Amino acid sequence: MKKSTTQTVAWMFLAPALSALLIFFFIPIIAAFALSFTDFDIYSLGNISYLRFVGFQNYVNLVHDPLFWKALGNTLYFVIAGGPVSVLVSLGTALLLQSRLVKYKGVFRFFFFAPVVTTLVAVAIVWRYLYHPRFGLINFVLSWFGISAVDWLGDPAWAMPAMILLAVWKNFGYNMLIFIAGLQNIPEELYEAARIDGAGSFQQFRTITIPMLAPTSLFIGLTTMIGYFQFFAEPYVMTQGGPQYATISIVLLMYQHGFRWWSMGYSASVAFVLFAIILLFSIVQLRMQKGAAE
Amino acid sequence: MNISLKNIFLSAVAAVFLLSCSSSTDEKILIKFWTFGSEGENVQKLLPEFERQNPGIKIIVQQIPWIAAHEKLLTGFAGNSLPDICQLGNTWIPEFAMLGALEPLTKYIDSSPQIRAEKYFAGIWNSNIVDSTVYGIPWYVDTRVLFYRKDILAAVGYTHPPKTWDELKDVSRKIVNSGKRKRYAIFLPTNEWLPSVLFGMEAGSTLLKDNMTRGNFSGKEFKTGYDFLRSFYEERLAPSSMMEVMNVYQGFAEGYFAMYITGPWNIGEFERRLPPELKGKWGTAPLPGRTDSLPGVSLPGGSSFVIFKHSPHKEAVWKFIEYLSQPNVQLQFYQLTGNLPAQKESWNDTLLTKNELMQAFLTQFTVVRSPAKIPEWEQIAQKIQDFSETAARQTKPNTEILKELDSYVDQFLTKRRWLFESGKLPK
Amino acid sequence: MKTTLKKIFLYVLLMLISVITFTPLLWMISASVMPSGDANTFPPKFFPSTITFEHYITLFTRLNIGRYVFNSFLVSLGVTALSTIINSLAGYAFAKFRFRGRDKLFKFLIASMIVPAQVTMLPLFLMLNKMGLVNTYWGILVPGLASIFGIFLIRQYALSLPESLIEAAKIDGATEIEIYWRIILPLTKPILVTLGLFTFMGTWNDFLWPLIIMTDDAMYTLPVAVGNLMGEHAPDTELMMAGSVLTVLPILLVFLFVQKQYIKGIMAGSVKG
Repeated sequence: MKKSTTQTVAWMFLAPALSALLIFFFIPIIAAFALSFTDFDIYSLGNISYLRFVGFQNYVNLVHDPLFWKALGNTLYFVIAGGPVSVLVSLGTALLLQSRLVKYKGVFRFFFFAPVVTTLVAVAIVWRYLYHPRFGLINFVLSWFGISAVDWLGDPAWAMPAMILLAVWKNFGYNMLIFIAGLQNIPEELYEAARIDGAGSFQQFRTITIPMLAPTSLFIGLTTMIGYFQFFAEPYVMTQGGPQYATISIVLLMYQHGFRWWSMGYSASVAFVLFAIILLFSIVQLRMQKGAAE
Repeated sequence: MNISLKNIFLSAVAAVFLLSCSSSTDEKILIKFWTFGSEGENVQKLLPEFERQNPGIKIIVQQIPWIAAHEKLLTGFAGNSLPDICQLGNTWIPEFAMLGALEPLTKYIDSSPQIRAEKYFAGIWNSNIVDSTVYGIPWYVDTRVLFYRKDILAAVGYTHPPKTWDELKDVSRKIVNSGKRKRYAIFLPTNEWLPSVLFGMEAGSTLLKDNMTRGNFSGKEFKTGYDFLRSFYEERLAPSSMMEVMNVYQGFAEGYFAMYITGPWNIGEFERRLPPELKGKWGTAPLPGRTDSLPGVSLPGGSSFVIFKHSPHKEAVWKFIEYLSQPNVQLQFYQLTGNLPAQKESWNDTLLTKNELMQAFLTQFTVVRSPAKIPEWEQIAQKIQDFSETAARQTKPNTEILKELDSYVDQFLTKRRWLFESGKLPK
Repeated sequence: MKTTLKKIFLYVLLMLISVITFTPLLWMISASVMPSGDANTFPPKFFPSTITFEHYITLFTRLNIGRYVFNSFLVSLGVTALSTIINSLAGYAFAKFRFRGRDKLFKFLIASMIVPAQVTMLPLFLMLNKMGLVNTYWGILVPGLASIFGIFLIRQYALSLPESLIEAAKIDGATEIEIYWRIILPLTKPILVTLGLFTFMGTWNDFLWPLIIMTDDAMYTLPVAVGNLMGEHAPDTELMMAGSVLTVLPILLVFLFVQKQYIKGIMAGSVKG
């Protein structure tokens, strides 16, 4: 009797959240999956009887679309170059702020964390001006070191590094906090014991800090990777995927096919390929971490 | 904590309800007008006069940024929240006509003294017709012509702009050979679909075939135009990489290239950005034709007014369109924005007749033709653009490139083909 | 001696990073009060030649930005209030109730967090369109009602609450709702603040969804409106910066006030997870 009431109460507490998730998250996912096997397009928008089931055709077309590969390449570039840089900067600043020699930690933490809370669209606009080849602050500072002007957003070779720089600036503060939390959880006695054994600070870092941070690193690695795969707003606001598709990303491609050309079927297939890739990378990362831990 | 959370919650919910319920009840007819880019800001200056003449109508202008224009229109259609009237580029008209979003305008035109086919440039007017129904009224027009450096052409013996393809090739070779410094004759951007389409159409290509359900790019005509275009890159008469031209205005000013095919919006830009000593040393000319001295074909551009079908105030909207189509109002708009008037009568004004740079446009407007009036055109154009870079950089033979292009285009047109074959679209 | 050197080195490094991270924001504020044209000069100016608020005045008078500020506050507060309640109910249930399928359900939810939100956008749009919610505030509110991440955060936190408190309340005859309202809510306050702020920021900063769901410009939120301005006023650097300041400043101020608790919450949530 009592058990069944507990059950009912539990489900009542869960009901609002679960029904919201079901209606506004899981059903759309299933619908998107179904959509990806149809040719839902501008014609079907006008007249739904023009909708056809096309099997895997969208996926086949996708594989043959060079723009998809370009977008995938750019997205991987962003994940593989931007992700680790961002994590390393986070770790570096976290270590700096954990140093016992540093005071006013709160002030520095605020400075480092401020970009995280800012609105991406707004700061992307700011950075667009900072990147301006003639009037931008960045090229001006570089000129002090004798580096000649770079057309950050106009040159296909520099557009991606420019996006990564912005993303790292914007995001590193968040992971920094999580690293700090991880560092604070490492028992001080471990370091003391190591010092007694005569270990230097680098050795302490290698034998204590790194292994003890492993769970935190896994968490950060996973969330950063998933977030970076969804690279969209930066190129949408700054370059629209240009120059010469140098900054087109998977999500941007999906958005353009879906809402610009209204090729919803094709767009949904892009979304699912992205999902599959993220899934794959997550599994690989989990396995690698596990392997390293054993 | 409890209280504050509860308060925030309750006040937010209350506010949402209040807002979603409140609606303004005004006796005036409210007309929603969507505009793109800077037109929206400028057209507002023309509204007071209209609203004075028509006190019962109020125009509400909403500006949509160009980069999000297409998305906004489609989601507006899907979400049933389109305005009464909108400006639309003529390449988008077939798409929205197909969706059944646009009001056919024939019956309004039949009873209008102001808006009649013969008052507009034929090619431009035609671009607003889909399956023999008029869906758009031209607001302002543009097209591409040849901008050229008079002084550089004169230095190699050309006192007139090139009129034919042969002359264009000849003058280009002379310019490149005469210079001491490394330079080019003409800038044919490799990141635009325009050069290949212009040359292809001039060579007589229909671009698409079989009721516009298949690409016709590997056809003989398009290949002629494409060969011609590509020879400019191969002979180094045109820069084959966008990186070589970081700044068009600077390139034109320095004589890094002497010719450039572009539109009227660049007249103002050139006047502003070129150094003062170049004043009078550059001009505009109709595009060179393939054989005779008739101008080569160019594309109809600009924006038209369309009325959305669901609008309850079509008569009032039509009044507004008639107002903005008055030749003097069109001239005012030209003065505000630099956008060229669509009404031929406006072109008799000294404002335009005295401007030498405008004459090329006036001639060119007589030879403009829409590329393909189907919803897929933008996507096809995008693909042509991707291929333009290939043409400029790679050594693949043209037949191969164009076959490949056709296979992409055929893929875009799969749905259209099916609709035809299954009889869902009238042939 | 060695420590002093090390100290100096550390501070120099920290200052340098602070300068780099904060310069874009400072320049944004500085450029927003420059007279027109001041931001496009060579060499670039870091400080305005004279201070003017004309761009802010333009934004409020001609470009109707007040409306967007209001919209942003309304939807952000709305989503925050509703989703905090809904998520905390579910998080609490996952942490403190024993029911069949609990662990499986929870794991399933956690695993589905890797689905990119963009996957759902297209069908969600079509669905909300059928429900008549396109171009309404509900169009933004409704998809944000529950978040798996939010449920996860609260569950992690609630796990650490002592069982005895709940038992004691039960013995006193409190109903389940009373226990939740009188005991769980106050005790989970720190994590609720974190989550609330998180949600507020997420909604405030969101760009893509409001861009799609709001077809009428009177309904735009600040980021969409500012992104919109970019289309027409890109050359007006100073005006754009004023728009950016208005978008970023409220959220920075909110953060400044609840900084401590927010940071504590992030750290707590991540470590236990």
